[in-house]
Amino acid sequence: MLDGLLMFRDQDSSMKRRLFVSCLSGAALLMSFLAAPALAESGHHEKRPEAHEWSFAGALGRFDRAQLRRGFKVYKEVCSTCHSVKLLAFRNLSQPGGPEFSEKEVVELAASYKVRDGPNDSGEYFERPARPSDRVPPPFANEQAARAAMSGAYPPDMSVLVKARGYGRGFPTFLFDAIPGFSYQEHGVDYVASLLKGYSEPPHDMKIPDGQYYNAYMAGNRIGMPPPLSDGAVTYDDGAPQTVDQYARDVTAFMMWVAEPHLEARKRIGLGVISFLIVFAGLLYFTKRKIWSNVAH
Amino acid sequence: MSTKNVTETTPAEPNRRDILYIATGAAATVAAGGMVWPLISQMNPDASALALASTEVDLAPIPLGQIVTVKWRGKPVFIRHRTADEIKAAQDTPLTELPDPEADSKRAQKPEWLVVIGVCTHLGCIPTGKSGEFDGWFCPCHGSTYDVSGRIRSGPAPTNLEVPKYAFLSDKKIKIG
Amino acid sequence: MDGHSQYTPKSGFARWLERRLPIVSFMYDSFVAYPTPKNLNYMWTFGAILSFMLVAQIVTGIVLAMHYTGETTLAFNSVESIMRDVNWGWALRYAHANGASMFFLAVYIHMARGMYYGSYKEPREVLWILGVVIFMVMIATGFLGYVLPWGQMSFWAATVITNLFSAFPVVGGPIREWLIGGYSVDNPTLNRFFALHYLLPFIIVAVVALHVWALHVTGQNNPTGVEVKDVKKETVPFTPFATMKDGFAIGVFLVIYAWMTFFVPNYLGHPDNYIEANPLVTPPHIVPEWYFLPFYAILRAIPNKLLGVIAMFLSILIMAALPWLDKSPVKSGSYRPLFRKFYWVFIAVSIALGYLGAQPAEGVYLWLARIASLYYFLHFVVILPLLTKYEKPEPVPESIDASVAAGSVTHA
Repeated sequence: MLDGLLMFRDQDSSMKRRLFVSCLSGAALLMSFLAAPALAESGHHEKRPEAHEWSFAGALGRFDRAQLRRGFKVYKEVCSTCHSVKLLAFRNLSQPGGPEFSEKEVVELAASYKVRDGPNDSGEYFERPARPSDRVPPPFANEQAARAAMSGAYPPDMSVLVKARGYGRGFPTFLFDAIPGFSYQEHGVDYVASLLKGYSEPPHDMKIPDGQYYNAYMAGNRIGMPPPLSDGAVTYDDGAPQTVDQYARDVTAFMMWVAEPHLEARKRIGLGVISFLIVFAGLLYFTKRKIWSNVAH
Repeated sequence: MSTKNVTETTPAEPNRRDILYIATGAAATVAAGGMVWPLISQMNPDASALALASTEVDLAPIPLGQIVTVKWRGKPVFIRHRTADEIKAAQDTPLTELPDPEADSKRAQKPEWLVVIGVCTHLGCIPTGKSGEFDGWFCPCHGSTYDVSGRIRSGPAPTNLEVPKYAFLSDKKIKIG
Repeated sequence: MDGHSQYTPKSGFARWLERRLPIVSFMYDSFVAYPTPKNLNYMWTFGAILSFMLVAQIVTGIVLAMHYTGETTLAFNSVESIMRDVNWGWALRYAHANGASMFFLAVYIHMARGMYYGSYKEPREVLWILGVVIFMVMIATGFLGYVLPWGQMSFWAATVITNLFSAFPVVGGPIREWLIGGYSVDNPTLNRFFALHYLLPFIIVAVVALHVWALHVTGQNNPTGVEVKDVKKETVPFTPFATMKDGFAIGVFLVIYAWMTFFVPNYLGHPDNYIEANPLVTPPHIVPEWYFLPFYAILRAIPNKLLGVIAMFLSILIMAALPWLDKSPVKSGSYRPLFRKFYWVFIAVSIALGYLGAQPAEGVYLWLARIASLYYFLHFVVILPLLTKYEKPEPVPESIDASVAAGSVTHA
């Protein structure tokens, strides 16, 4: 948009440009001065999430199918004991752009879950094996049941969790996060992956109440979720390392896909749309120039 | 660098300006089409509706002589466990007596099981089972009567009750759709 | 103003229609022959960009309404089913959500252009005031729309903004209950917000029609601020000249819009809005969408609730008074050296207010927000009237043609 603002055109445009630029840089200086106390003031000692390499980041990003399958395995064997993924249907697992299990695998997988259905002809609710069109059944019937079982804590639904988390990047970084070539949209996944690996002993001046755990990345550094991952807890059959680091990245990638199942299509189509629009804008420009070529303006 | 407009000396041959205008117009058409398509496509059945496009039915609990109704794509499907007498009646009916001639063997994959969509072919009402002159179905709206093969016998309905696409997965299990 | 050419119905049907409803000649006069100053720069393309965005928002909005459910237990999931199951649903929803931001971005540039070149001055006061009305209806529409996904920010924005009305003594409480249809934001609120969010864009269309009508009565301002003296020499017909230029500008704008929609669709959103609304938990920081931040900063800057609310409404309403606050006979900022400096300071202060609106209202931020808010109002009620009185403008060109001739000499 800077270009747009600089398009003022008259006799003293250079002067105006100078003034405008000095205004902007003045504002920038003011803001960076403002941002500094903000970081110092925040009171807690959360660490800034570390940046991970994600195959789905950037304009050409695509999911790594093997990683999504491993991530689903981690979800199924670890997370799903407490966390629901209410918006995920079994059929999604075979759709393009996801883990792309075969339809047969999905039918078998679904059948291994029980879902509540009914009422039947005698007016009763009953359980039946799930079908691909069903959503993945939650571990708890409702929030109250979860809290009762989890000594008061409520494990959030994981369907869009990575889009519901993020962290402030501060001025001026956050401005670059939107710009082609610099764009950064992985706040949520970096945070979640860091958090899964962020358990450690608390600093000695910090008291952690019973039923809570120290986590370097959690707001306030106290988290109700016990460390969910440990080396070797989930067996991978594709030879990927069975480490907490690998599990954390795999399950977070899976969560990204659950939160944004059309991410691949979005980026692929977006690339086509933008390339076309650039050509189109170019054509419009030359047509406009042709039309105006005989008018002094 | 500014180019004077070429005067149109040879209108038959498109000059550079015309090509530019045509290309821009074509691109604008593509742009408009690209923007309109998602707006049209979004009205098609969505992925969750498509996922319910087929349904499996267990036939084992259906007693002989009974009709059960299952919902498939939002419509009722009648599954009739026919008795030997009913099968005989359906098979022995001469095709010449039928307004929409169709052999029973063409309509029922296995004679003891009749699967039809329970929507009257007249104006879309739901016929009631085991009623009417032929002990098949009777539509309360305008009095169409169907026989035990779901074929139209009298009344305003033009055709037989539709048989949906279905397949036997096992002896006692079918998949509709 | 006289056009460049006149519509003459050619076919028999066209002549028949012309005698009964001269709509074709009306369109021809308004969008083909309509004379536009030939020296307009690209800042003048934002009117067309805004028209495009208004249509885009209405079309994507109608389509989204076909899949959205305005009920508290279903709203969040219906938006998610749009994102997951509806054909192209993700594209339509992201286009609509980012479209709101692009719409406001364009309207701010449009307003800033009007302020720089004095487009609010005689004889365009009514045109300008209609613009302020459009802006206010846009704010209402944007706010109502943000509530619909029923995330945490939706819910708490609705709670906080409707609470503003309770600031008014005696009538405040009952007004708020009337607005939200209960004692707290709940299903009746969501349902009526949906209905109103669908209605208001059509009100915008109506006011835009008046805005364009007023524009076509007075004709466009231009970078010199000197009125058109010779229509034949100083203007060009709207089509193809302005249409093509606007088309190119829309093309460039679309590239940015597409980038936002397809590659950084959640950049301008808040993560908390992906958490379903929960009336029992307030997010640690409640921030409005970026386009409301300057006004939000003014609201919070004032320690008294009622005065804060009044100041916020005034900060928008005061723009309608611009034609009477700045009475300098010279329209364009290009010939007003002092005004120009203050103009850019005003823009910087507005951007700073936007930044401060996103920060917690405490400590140094609060004080800076107070200073910036004070300056915002001073700009309108003190600086502009004083400039009118004491500023010595530079010589203004005799005519548009004279300016173009002089300009082309410097450019050559």
